[in-house]
Amino acid sequence: MEALFARTGLADLYEKVVQGERLSYDDGLRLYRTPELTAVGALANVVRERMNGDATYYVRNLHINYTNICNKLCKFCSFYAPPGDPRGYVLTPDDIVARLAEHRDHVIREIHMVAGINPKLPYQYYLDILRSVRAARPEAQIKAFTMIELAQIARAAKKPLGDVLEDLKGAGLACVPGGGAEVFSDRVHEELFRAKLDNEGWFQVAREVHRAGLRSNATMLYGHIETVEEKVKHLLHIRELQDETKGFQCFVPLAFDPARTELEHIPVTTGQQNLREIAIARLLLDNFPHIKAFWIMITPQIAQLALWYGADDLDGTVSHYEITHALGTASHHQALSHQELLDLISEAGRVPVERDALYNVIPEQLAVGGQQSAKGSVSLRVLSSSS
Amino acid sequence: MSGNGASRLQEIEAKVLAEGRLSGEDGLALLQVTNLPWLGFLADTVRRRKRPEREVTYVVGRIINYTNVCWVKCTFCAFYRLPGHQEGYVLSREEIFQKIQDAVDHGGTEVLFQGGLNPALKIDYFEEIFRAIRRRFPVHIHGLSPAELIYLAKISRLSLRETLLRLKSAGLGTIPGGGAEILVDDVRQAISPLKDTVEEWLDCMRTAHQVGIPSSATMMFGSVETAAQRVEHLLRLRSLQDETGGFTAFVAWNFQPDGTDLKGKRASAFDYLRTVAVARLMLDNFGNIQASWLTQGPKVAQIALHYGVNDLGSTIFEERVVSAGGTKFMASREEIERVIADAGYTPRVRNTRYEILR
Repeated sequence: MEALFARTGLADLYEKVVQGERLSYDDGLRLYRTPELTAVGALANVVRERMNGDATYYVRNLHINYTNICNKLCKFCSFYAPPGDPRGYVLTPDDIVARLAEHRDHVIREIHMVAGINPKLPYQYYLDILRSVRAARPEAQIKAFTMIELAQIARAAKKPLGDVLEDLKGAGLACVPGGGAEVFSDRVHEELFRAKLDNEGWFQVAREVHRAGLRSNATMLYGHIETVEEKVKHLLHIRELQDETKGFQCFVPLAFDPARTELEHIPVTTGQQNLREIAIARLLLDNFPHIKAFWIMITPQIAQLALWYGADDLDGTVSHYEITHALGTASHHQALSHQELLDLISEAGRVPVERDALYNVIPEQLAVGGQQSAKGSVSLRVLSSSS
Repeated sequence: MSGNGASRLQEIEAKVLAEGRLSGEDGLALLQVTNLPWLGFLADTVRRRKRPEREVTYVVGRIINYTNVCWVKCTFCAFYRLPGHQEGYVLSREEIFQKIQDAVDHGGTEVLFQGGLNPALKIDYFEEIFRAIRRRFPVHIHGLSPAELIYLAKISRLSLRETLLRLKSAGLGTIPGGGAEILVDDVRQAISPLKDTVEEWLDCMRTAHQVGIPSSATMMFGSVETAAQRVEHLLRLRSLQDETGGFTAFVAWNFQPDGTDLKGKRASAFDYLRTVAVARLMLDNFGNIQASWLTQGPKVAQIALHYGVNDLGSTIFEERVVSAGGTKFMASREEIERVIADAGYTPRVRNTRYEILR
């Protein structure tokens, strides 16, 4: 392996990584610019194995997108319907309970709820949906509301965010996903998501979330108009906040899917880009316990390979994910069965570890029992070609 | 990689770096490796030795599945229709010319002519169609895998050598290495009992190489074979290549289960990369390793460029055999070139003999 790093001119970075030294902005740029993907992956794998060994975390989860109505009009999004658009929907608490009932025979440990910024929804709505979900599936943890939604909820509540977070926790919120970060660059913000909470705003909300004792994820949307420099700055900015709050559990690089967006002319991300983003995140975010390969966006195949390029989390079985493939597209799996997920992980020589939303490990007896009860249930795989 | 395992792999690494030939046992040990980047690094070492230029090649071509009529009933195939079946077809000359014209209009230089074992098509059919194609179009005919050739010789009452010579003079340029599946008779017996034996397949390739028709070689993995049988397959190809030097390239693809009698699971991307890397390491006398874009899709095919692969095969306008098994990945020139450039290589167009055209 030493020879690999010598050949690729990255021997000094290998030294740094093995010594556990923090990588710099310039190191980040080099990792993005070298054509030697294998070397970048091997470096990331050193960190991955030091932090997580062979463990690969996954969760049996369900996604609920409670509304697609959104007034932010982000150019990279194919999910939203602007207010007044006939395609718009809002799920009532009863709709959500009915959707949960469809999955009554499945083990679900995490319910992931995110949606558009719908200014018509009153504060009470958010509390109601949390309470309904908790009442319907008390054993599942609710991971809900991006920083953008939280800012909107506080606006609807006309209360300070800190108080709002206490209310939400009381209604069942267990932790917060990391979406809506996009790329922390004023240029990209201006160009693609001008109406949305700005970069400093995202950090302010994340800081308050962590201060309220809620853990969250962080993300980066890549593969659109961002530059390498902007990506490195994004990652270092998040690393800085993590040094301060230690509230992030997991980082998720999100691959931009141009289909049916205003940026449709941009080609879809390549496998190399997908693996490189995961590897660089693992290398720069030395204070993040977990890096996720979100297979819905990068295909289960690339997600499996990512387990050797820095990723230690595969998300989950994900039923009903609608954001990057708004209805009608043929480009993504809707769900993986529990067994398929276990196979992906073990075939790659890693050890599957079932977790809950807070990364508590599910004891194996429980995991196995759950597996048996899930056996025979139909996988929700709807469409299987990949873009 | 721990204890004895680790030192065993260090031994193999040292052997590869010293340009030594790997044994079957080495191959078997490598097929158990889980450290994917390490394997990629080793395979890439050999790839750089063989192809020092930072280039990845592809050919502009078109597959013509001239017939789907076939009586061999391979359990892993979803494409064939038995003779007499109402969905059976043989393409007309006009249809074939139209497809080739289409390819030529898109800069195509290769026609991959492949179908089934159709008892109605004897040597005069192929001589005639090859001559007609060559008269009309400046294309290279890459056609007829060993199963088709062996059968053709038999129903035409000719020796294999005679058959190959006649096809060559009619315009056949090279032979695709399809139908190799796994070159172990137990495996063939299990998945395609009516098809040629290992000896017949190898003998067909040997004869072709001897009469001046080069060929590619393939492996279909992930059906019922063991790791040891995959290694055996690679060793048989390597030894024939030592003898003839007639193989242009090797391509591995995984069994496509949908709609087949054999059914079963699709091999994972991890298994694919590991297999292709081990092939690059074992087949030290092969100049080119080709990715299977068709079965793996652009994302994984691109990653394979770091696992010993230096060629992305052909552009794909239309393909029916693998697609019948549930996988459909089309490959335009733009997409192929983008994927190559994104991986840090220069895209180059080649002909069927792997000579660079531009």
